[in-house]
Amino acid sequence: MTQLRWLAALGAVLLALVVQVSLFPHLAWHGIVPNLCLLVVVAAALTVEAPFALVLGFTAGLVLDLAPPADHVAGRWALALTIAAFLAARVRQDVRPNALAVVGTVAAASFAATSIFALSGILLDDPAMSVAGLLEVVLVALVWDVLLTPFVLPPLMRLFARLGPQWATA
Amino acid sequence: MGAWGGHEGRERRWKGLDRLESRNRAPRSLLVALVLASVTLITLDVSGGGDSPLEPARRVVGEALGPAESAAATAVRPFTAVPDWFRSKGDLAEEVRELEASNAELRGRVELAGFDRNRLEQYDGLTAAAADLGSALVPARVVAMGPRQSQSLTVTIDAGSAAGLGPDMTVVNDDGLVGRVLRVTRSTATVLLVIDPDSTVGGRVGSSMEIGFVTGSGSLDQETGLDLRLVDDASVPARGDTVVTWGSATGPYAPGVPIGTITDVYSSLREASQRAVVEPFVDFSALDVVGVMVPSGSGSDRAVIEADGSLR
Repeated sequence: MTQLRWLAALGAVLLALVVQVSLFPHLAWHGIVPNLCLLVVVAAALTVEAPFALVLGFTAGLVLDLAPPADHVAGRWALALTIAAFLAARVRQDVRPNALAVVGTVAAASFAATSIFALSGILLDDPAMSVAGLLEVVLVALVWDVLLTPFVLPPLMRLFARLGPQWATA
Repeated sequence: MGAWGGHEGRERRWKGLDRLESRNRAPRSLLVALVLASVTLITLDVSGGGDSPLEPARRVVGEALGPAESAAATAVRPFTAVPDWFRSKGDLAEEVRELEASNAELRGRVELAGFDRNRLEQYDGLTAAAADLGSALVPARVVAMGPRQSQSLTVTIDAGSAAGLGPDMTVVNDDGLVGRVLRVTRSTATVLLVIDPDSTVGGRVGSSMEIGFVTGSGSLDQETGLDLRLVDDASVPARGDTVVTWGSATGPYAPGVPIGTITDVYSSLREASQRAVVEPFVDFSALDVVGVMVPSGSGSDRAVIEADGSLR
């Protein structure tokens, strides 16, 4: 069961990455696209146990760091998505989260992940960007992620819930 | 989970609570381990520089995901024309008017430039270097673009080492300089766009032949795309001047590729130098077909456009 869940999660991450870099640039606003890998990680964090979500966050971040056309210092998205997965898992209560809680969690995780990535860039001076530009990126990315939540999160959460040991089905 | 009534009840509840804890709360140790792993990766990659230990990992992931990105881009491509269906006749008529106006202006310039060009051709014929400049173009399409969240402006193209590509080759399109190849896999290559803040290109101002450095501003906005700093502080670049590359045949950027036009000039008292804003000729938000400059006569898995315009 766990292996099947890992396969499904990795498949979802790879599909999210390909759609994110190949389809969404056509719809991007000033080059900013929705972070679908983050949405997969948040869906896992809201549905299955926290250790799985944390490791999935790290893995998804690593794929974002290494897959072409990424050229930033590797490990930055891994760090950002691990912490986002940890936050999302903390937010979750022991009952099924309602729609508002899901949207709130996505918004918080998106803000945290993009900000951590941007801050790590400032620390490493990877590409030096202006703070105004960073704020624009963080806020537009947040809006994108929240906009896509109703379409992406429910099917993913259903998938993870079916493949994982469930707590309360209420 | 507050009431712990009776011994039996407590036993049961403790067990239930334990399971809840393990499901609900992420173990701190795992978080710390994964964060440390990320920091280790960052350190390895930063300290490694050009030949970091993560380069092979990047290559493996690229080999695996490159074909998937190419396939996805091919599937999406037919739908990118959909917005064009909704353009009205008025829009098209206006575009035709604008194109006619710019065409007339350009024709005037070409007629005036005829004499200069003839003279230049004679000089070019004299120099042996002109023969070395003849390089072939490998055509490729952009299949993936890095998100702005990742802060680096890079794209993936669907030609790789099998098409004769290698690192540091110059990438152009029909408008001008696009960027250079960073790394290649068998079927794809990653291209650093010139508007990336990490990109620096040697530029030459067309009218004065002054040299300087063109850096990306990190913005997809075409008006504020590039910054030019001249080596000679005393010379002031003029508005409307064309900037071309001055690189060498062996370096990352081939010489003489048009980069953009100067739109604004600022002089900074503090740094005692001139900074000019260069508007790139290439529209980076709508990149599609590009060409990679390879040495003439190199082997490729596709048709190569030779220097004289013939297909091979």
